[in-house]
Amino acid sequence: MTDLPAPEKRVWLRHPSLRIGAVASLVFLLVGFVSIAWVPYPIEVINVGAAMQDPSPAHWLGTDHLGRDMLSMIMKGTLTSFVVAAIAVAIGALIGVPLGLAAAAWGGPAEWFILRVNDFLFAFPALIIAILITTIFGPSAINAMIAVGIFNIPVFARVARGGALSLKTLDYVGAARLAGMGPIEIARRHILPNIASLIIVQATIQLALGILAEASLSYVGLGTQPPATSLGLMLKDAQTYALLKPSLALIPGITIILIVVALNLAGDGLRDQLDPKLRRLGGARGAA
Amino acid sequence: MALRTAVAAFALALSFVGIADAAPRTDLRIGLVLEPPALDPTAGAAAAIDEVVYQNVFEGLTRIDETGAVQPALASSWDVSADGLSYTFHLVEGATFHDGTTFDADDVVFTYGRITAADSVNAQKALYAGIDSVTAVNANTVEIKLKGPDGLFLFNVGRGDAVIVAPESAANNANTPIGTGPFKFVNWQKGADLTLEQYAGYWGTKPALTKVTYVFINDAAARVNALLAGSIDGINNTDASTLPVFKADPRFKVVVGSTEGETLLVQNNAKAPFSDLKVRQAIAHSLDRAEIIAGASSGYGTPIGSHFPPHSKDYVDLTGTYPYDLDAARKLLAEADYPDGFSATLKLPPVPYATVGGQIVASQLAKVGIKLTQVNLDWNQWLTDVFTNKDYDLTIISHVEPFDIGIYADPNYYFGYNDPDFQAIMKQLNETTDEAARKELLIAAQKRLAEQAVNGYLFELAQTGVWSAKLEGMWQNAPVEGVVLSGIHWTE
Amino acid sequence: MIRFALTKFLGLAATLLVAAAITFAALDILPGDPARFILGINATPDAVAALREQLGLDAPALQRFFGWIGGMFVGDFGLSYTQGQPVGQLIAGRLGVTIPLTVIAMILSAGIGLPIGILAARRRGSFADAGLMVLAQLGVAIPNFWFGMLLVLLFSVTLRWLPPGGFVPWGENPFAAFASLILPSIALALPQAAILARVMRTALVDVQGSDYIRTARAKGLTLSEAVWKHGVRNAMLPVLTILGLQFAYLVAGTVIVENVFYLPGLGRLIFDAISARDLILVRSSVIILVLAVIGTMFLTDLAYAWVDPRLRSRKAE
Repeated sequence: MTDLPAPEKRVWLRHPSLRIGAVASLVFLLVGFVSIAWVPYPIEVINVGAAMQDPSPAHWLGTDHLGRDMLSMIMKGTLTSFVVAAIAVAIGALIGVPLGLAAAAWGGPAEWFILRVNDFLFAFPALIIAILITTIFGPSAINAMIAVGIFNIPVFARVARGGALSLKTLDYVGAARLAGMGPIEIARRHILPNIASLIIVQATIQLALGILAEASLSYVGLGTQPPATSLGLMLKDAQTYALLKPSLALIPGITIILIVVALNLAGDGLRDQLDPKLRRLGGARGAA
Repeated sequence: MALRTAVAAFALALSFVGIADAAPRTDLRIGLVLEPPALDPTAGAAAAIDEVVYQNVFEGLTRIDETGAVQPALASSWDVSADGLSYTFHLVEGATFHDGTTFDADDVVFTYGRITAADSVNAQKALYAGIDSVTAVNANTVEIKLKGPDGLFLFNVGRGDAVIVAPESAANNANTPIGTGPFKFVNWQKGADLTLEQYAGYWGTKPALTKVTYVFINDAAARVNALLAGSIDGINNTDASTLPVFKADPRFKVVVGSTEGETLLVQNNAKAPFSDLKVRQAIAHSLDRAEIIAGASSGYGTPIGSHFPPHSKDYVDLTGTYPYDLDAARKLLAEADYPDGFSATLKLPPVPYATVGGQIVASQLAKVGIKLTQVNLDWNQWLTDVFTNKDYDLTIISHVEPFDIGIYADPNYYFGYNDPDFQAIMKQLNETTDEAARKELLIAAQKRLAEQAVNGYLFELAQTGVWSAKLEGMWQNAPVEGVVLSGIHWTE
Repeated sequence: MIRFALTKFLGLAATLLVAAAITFAALDILPGDPARFILGINATPDAVAALREQLGLDAPALQRFFGWIGGMFVGDFGLSYTQGQPVGQLIAGRLGVTIPLTVIAMILSAGIGLPIGILAARRRGSFADAGLMVLAQLGVAIPNFWFGMLLVLLFSVTLRWLPPGGFVPWGENPFAAFASLILPSIALALPQAAILARVMRTALVDVQGSDYIRTARAKGLTLSEAVWKHGVRNAMLPVLTILGLQFAYLVAGTVIVENVFYLPGLGRLIFDAISARDLILVRSSVIILVLAVIGTMFLTDLAYAWVDPRLRSRKAE
């Protein structure tokens, strides 16, 4: 069915970047998920008297300007950042991939139309429209997800279409067509499984970009809203304390960098593992 | 070669600094948080308009001084009739507008006609609704007749909303303001900065400064950096959270004063459960003002117990009416049939004291079982949802208008507070001109609001400015909105 | 080529029209009243009503839409609600910041990113390659507002070499104007430079294995000579695509960077206009940005067709 090499242990060893990236991403993800069930201190409880403490056995990373435990904030913030980015990726992939496949399968006016929609979405300055969307529907993490997600659609559509077009000329697809399969059936049974890896690579990269986009929206006050927190919101809140208490900005800032690097390493490693034929499709390049 | 040029230029720049140190500077760069949308103070409510033009570019018949007292301005003196219904203003002579036209009684008549007209877009139109007629007696005398006595009339005449404009230029004041003040408008680089220069033809005492640039910096951290890098010389009012950096730095001085801003936890009195006095009292008992001030305003701000500024001579301290007492709060909630508390939403405008204050208030009320869902809104949504449509349970907002206790007498105001007793006190106050009697009524009004716990009275907003240590003459307090430049000067 | 350009151009026009309709509709449902915003909380309802009428906010939506579209064709973008000035004039005033900022950032990102990518590809697998790619990873991962703030703390607050923000108009002092754009354009360019470096490296590594490089090597060229002479031009295809796309990201990124450095650019104009509900200003600025972005994509497509003649003959996508 698939003409991709199965990821083997040997391959893993050959790709240290994938190993490092994947493990680090999973660690952060795990930290985020733990925060659903448990954090050292609840972040809704404010104790101004204990503000801006240095790291101590009670507070491993110290406390922030409202006396909240920084470790708990980072855990909750990591979760929010991941969830926002992941849902944005899901929106992009669930709508973009079928669109891309449809464009490749049908061609003609349908393809033209889908490509126009794609161009159209690419043409809007994403962040500005995200600002507009969050202003219309009110600033919140959910609206941030939708805003970021919409601009993931053309990215996935492009990758899916590119992958599908190159597979279309392959023999087994031609055989399936001769066997009387319709374009949708071919797309589902032969093309989708083969471009799945491309899409996963793209998803990893969009996940990293989504975390940065959430940070940007939070910076202008339209992302995650208190009392919830995200890494971007923490970074934004810490800006005014940059000289007074640099650790407040350094901790979330470095966490964002680590997560994004980890995800990108994982994505790069995955792409390097792909069949060279698929690699040349250059899916990930739409990620800029 | 390029490097040598750069070094030479740098040395030259240093020597210029040396020369500048010998004589006091006469230019000033001030940071402003928000850019004014336009520059006509008689057609907009944005505080940023007054911060640029009030008493600098435009002047009124009277002006408000740093203590909040009324002083003569374009009217050098005035007589009030015995019944308090007629004010005769004697205008200064020799005053001119920046376009060279002379100031006279006709400009005053024009200005007030514009404010009170049916199609007026003055933000404080209601304050001037009591004016019956404005007549030019002669070129230098104006008589204003009122429909009823108004104890605050001279103060309102001195506000930015009633500055004198000329019929020749009024239509363009939004972008090229022409007034009679000590500074004339020169240039506005939209989105960046705005420059004023001393007006050579000013009728009064010439200010020390010759050129003033306002730089608009929205981002709090960027403001801190601009001050530290020396690209601005001062900020009239900035986030209190950034002050510790400047307190420790001898190049700067931190100027903390009071404003007219009563910061409130506003309760929708028309809506259950806040229509129940016991619930409001319970909330009042659950608020720890000290923690709110420490967290939302970095410790700057005076606790208040009613809707009145602590620096006023008529102020009475009512912070002890419902002291912080969680047991008392729980007992009151139980009596009000909410033994386990209740849930409500807290809609917050986009200002730090509200977004941060909201988190603290939510954390405090949670201790007595009142669970608040915080909803952060932008200004427009807040104005629409909370202020206009009254679709809210609780909100946090600072009411910065001076002498605004009268808003509680309006049952249609967004507080939803309809109290005939309070309305009676206000009615009597408006008809009283005797100082001692007014004081008694004002105290009665403050007490009534405190006892009724209409809103959660949190603190009087502080004005927290940061200036170069070499600057003198800035206003410490803000009895009205504005950055009055005339007294500011460099000491070296 | 002309047919190709024409088809592309028609697509551009269609996109623009749809964009205009969507922008208008989206803004029409935006909650909030510009008149109330201007006059504040103490204004009486009749003063607000008077201002609404003055601003023409009460006209039916369709009438306002066609008025707006029709106006744009003759260069009339309408009057800003909050500032009372022609929108076209307000936008034009901001272009003197945003265009140089974006262009400098693009030059920087290409000027830094491409050589790094080429260097890394030529020294593939070396320590330098690994080091440069680590830098590129970090460059992609730093949130740009934070990076901008770090730049200011270093170069303005500590070293005092460059202004921490603000803008001196070009006409007043071109050197100072340029100086005030240096830090913002670096902050804006960094992630794009990092992305370009990675794309350039991957593209070059890809062509190293291709037939014509092997042929060139067989003719006696060293690998790096072959890549330099034949590979770079071919590797430019994906790079051009990225450059075209990057323009859109740079334009959007100006909102953040102009905020950090308080620059009077288009991004901040739009951001402020959204919060003030100056709908007419938001609409027209968004359309101008969309036009700039799809115009650039159009030019990229033409450049693409010029670099790769095969595309010209193919049916335009």
